[in-house]
Amino acid sequence: MSSPRGPKACGGGAADRQIHVLAVDDSSVDRAVIARLLRSSKYRVTTVDSGKKALELLGLEPNVNMIITDYWMPEMTGYELLKIVKESSALREIPVVIMSSENVPNRINRCLEEGAEDFLLKPVRPSDVARLCNRMR
Amino acid sequence: MSLMALRERLNVLVNSMFLEGLLDQQFRQLQMLQDASSPGFVAEVITLFCEDSERMLTELTKLLDQAVVDYQKVDAYVHQLKGSSSSVGAQNVKLACIQFKQFCEENNKEGCLSALNMVKHQYYSLRSKFDTMLQLEQRIQAYDSEQQN
Repeated sequence: MSSPRGPKACGGGAADRQIHVLAVDDSSVDRAVIARLLRSSKYRVTTVDSGKKALELLGLEPNVNMIITDYWMPEMTGYELLKIVKESSALREIPVVIMSSENVPNRINRCLEEGAEDFLLKPVRPSDVARLCNRMR
Repeated sequence: MSLMALRERLNVLVNSMFLEGLLDQQFRQLQMLQDASSPGFVAEVITLFCEDSERMLTELTKLLDQAVVDYQKVDAYVHQLKGSSSSVGAQNVKLACIQFKQFCEENNKEGCLSALNMVKHQYYSLRSKFDTMLQLEQRIQAYDSEQQN
């Protein structure tokens, strides 16, 4: 796979154009883990605990480089958030990655068909995060 | 106790937790993510896990105390607990949650009650060792910052 950035060049970038990832998860434990994983790759990370809060933030800051969201959340699932993002002209270019603790092929396919960039199984590993670096907007 | 002795004690404790199946490789992953830029990461995750778990165990106890059990709600909480125990590497707790989910799917109240007891037992065993771990970590950190002064 050719790409302008090889694996070594991946990472958050210089402070003035630092890559900003929005992480959405209702679990405080998982938010802490995903934030640490992303920050150790030098990304700037904002965490929120619901799809609703994610959309509020995106309304104020649409220049997020990636959204990484848990699938199962009360009120709005990651899938529903994905759909809303992809249907929005302001947000649809933002790559969305879904995380789930369950390996359900139908679910994975549905998300990918709806435009998800990738689907990660929890617990998320550093190698999963490394794999995302070429997918940032 | 010397810094070296403290570190040794912590290593022995953590290794025994791996051997007993209390922790799995996910915990190692978390340890590897801790570094100079985030020295309190493992302690933070452990603390969040304990707060979360105790809240969920309280809710589960209440739900199973009802005459008519809302298994959907029970399942939602067990799912959450299973998720966070998996993320922190709390292997025995996670396994007990998997058993619990089974009984939940069968709408088996007796099974759920016994599974809840098992989860509590596993959680509290882990919790007491986590407490010791955090105390040792704190003492080690205190040494380190003293050394720097």
